[in-house]
Amino acid sequence: MRILVVEDDPMLLDGLTVGLGLAGFTIDPVSSCADASAAIAAQRYDAIVLDLMLPDGSGLDVLASLRGKKDLTPVLLLTARDQVPDRIAGLDAGADDYVGKPFDLDELAARLRAAVRRGTGRATASLEWRGVVLDPADKTALKGDAPVKLTRREFAVLQALMERPSATVSKAALEDTLYGWQEEVESNAVEVHIHHLRNKLGTDFIKTVRGFGYRLSEEGA
Amino acid sequence: MTSIRSRLITILIGTTGLVWLLAAIWIYQGTRSEVEHVLDARLTEAARMVNSLLTDQRIELAMTQDDDASAVPGFVESPYQRQLSCQIWSLNGKLVGRSENAPEAKLSSAGEGFSETTIDGEVWRVYTVENARLGVRVMVGDSVHIRDSLVGGVVKGLVLPGVLILPILAGMIWLSVRRGLSPLNMMADTLSKRRANDLRELPATGLPKEIAPAVNALNGLFKRVEEARERERSFTAFAAHELKTPLAGLKTQAQIALGSSDRQVHANALRQISAGVDRTARLVKQLLDLTSLEASDAAPVLVPVDAKALVDSTVGELGPLAGLRSIKVETVAECDEKVMAEPHFFALAVRNLLENAINHSPEGGVVTCCVGQSDTKLTVSIEDDGSGVPEPELSRVSEKFFRGRNKSSTGSGLGLAIAEIAMARIGGEMRFQNRQPQGFTATLVMPFEKAPT
Repeated sequence: MRILVVEDDPMLLDGLTVGLGLAGFTIDPVSSCADASAAIAAQRYDAIVLDLMLPDGSGLDVLASLRGKKDLTPVLLLTARDQVPDRIAGLDAGADDYVGKPFDLDELAARLRAAVRRGTGRATASLEWRGVVLDPADKTALKGDAPVKLTRREFAVLQALMERPSATVSKAALEDTLYGWQEEVESNAVEVHIHHLRNKLGTDFIKTVRGFGYRLSEEGA
Repeated sequence: MTSIRSRLITILIGTTGLVWLLAAIWIYQGTRSEVEHVLDARLTEAARMVNSLLTDQRIELAMTQDDDASAVPGFVESPYQRQLSCQIWSLNGKLVGRSENAPEAKLSSAGEGFSETTIDGEVWRVYTVENARLGVRVMVGDSVHIRDSLVGGVVKGLVLPGVLILPILAGMIWLSVRRGLSPLNMMADTLSKRRANDLRELPATGLPKEIAPAVNALNGLFKRVEEARERERSFTAFAAHELKTPLAGLKTQAQIALGSSDRQVHANALRQISAGVDRTARLVKQLLDLTSLEASDAAPVLVPVDAKALVDSTVGELGPLAGLRSIKVETVAECDEKVMAEPHFFALAVRNLLENAINHSPEGGVVTCCVGQSDTKLTVSIEDDGSGVPEPELSRVSEKFFRGRNKSSTGSGLGLAIAEIAMARIGGEMRFQNRQPQGFTATLVMPFEKAPT
């Protein structure tokens, strides 16, 4: 899952980038409203973590312009102003969740997953498709009752496909999910991960849509 | 505790009572002299009337009669009738006649005119007319005791209603004072019912003009206190928020350090924590500096200060900080004389400016401190070759907690604010400008007053 983190404190931004990265998210870190708006215009994110007090304005302005463009990307506000009126103002401005500083990294990760899950219209935390169950919280996958061992990136590719089971996901979109700005994309990485996933879950689990990308195959197909 | 109401009541009742007393005395005296005057006139008139009756021989003088002396009969009985007594004596000392109730003793032994005589313990006032032709003296007198009771009756009639009115008057004074002071009472009542933190303005419309200045002054005070409290509240809230962010960073980094088994991630998190604690400690120190700056309202005490030595020692203190990123700090001084200054605030300003310059310098950069003077001003300019401040932000750099786009990783947004407040406290000011082609200059300007040698 690719997350935009907007936070102006360098130590906290570093902590969020590393910490949420360890929790399986792909993070794009920015530290101002202008950079955030530019990133949002250039890239689709699964969720945005937004600080309110930024050097060149308020995070609420970013949120307002996002919602003004009918962009429903889940937004989690992260701020030191966490009194009830602040929370109400934030949520009413279109935020999906509100976390006061200081916060617990694991809780923040869980709230992010929940926000993304609600964003994709699912009620349960785990993803399921044809006997394969994926738990994004503890990064485990089950095929039937047997656990399947997946690397972080294999998990991310599988999660991206399972979140929209009937949709075809382009290779570029999968690469976006896997790599933040600072990471160099390896040219055939996605193919390699798909190959490994087919080995682990069965060759017919993921279907290649020629010239476009990948999708999960229908039952019995 | 003195009460305006009881003072007013005492004063009003006291003065009213005194006026009443003086009026009563005046009335008594006036009535008395008037009554005396009238009664004396009556005596004179009566004596002359009897005399003229005798002269005209309308009444017969019973010169030879010894027995009865009721020479003036026919008066109708009335309370005042008894008051006048008339005697007619022959010039050789024989009682020729007397009125019905006249005493037998001679009313007066004096000659013509008024006289007073005591007969059987009763004092008589007598008017005597001598009729030389008939050889008699006509004496008409009345009892002084009766005169006094007459005066007493008149005075009593005048003073008694006044005495009876006095308590009613006191009651009315009490009520009037109470009513007159009711705006004051209402104000006191409103204030005493208020909670300590209720600093709303008192209603200022429809006030009597005596209270309006007090209420306006009170409202002004309320406003100033409320503003000071609001400033303090917003500062505290702001400070708490500013502390929450580094705390969140510290917690996040600590959780990374705890949760990651990757040696490099672990080490990086610990480095971040260490730097974060330094930064937070500095923020706390600056908050304390700011609080002490704003809390002290005593006039600064000026002592001779060697500006160059002060700048040098601050540069020395911050040497380790500059050394971390190989930043060179140079001092250029064109001022060798001691100046009159408040050393603590002066040093605080210089230190914060220097720290700011070091934090914004690129690695290996140069920070220059110039101490200069003119006839009236002492200036300390601190220049760095960092990225400067975008022009639109230049006017905001000394706002508390303001951190612009080109912020340093360790700043708190307080340094320049502290410098500016410190300078304002000692009568100086701060000037901020960008340098060309790059960098930032903060200049501290304060009045130059040469120290006495």
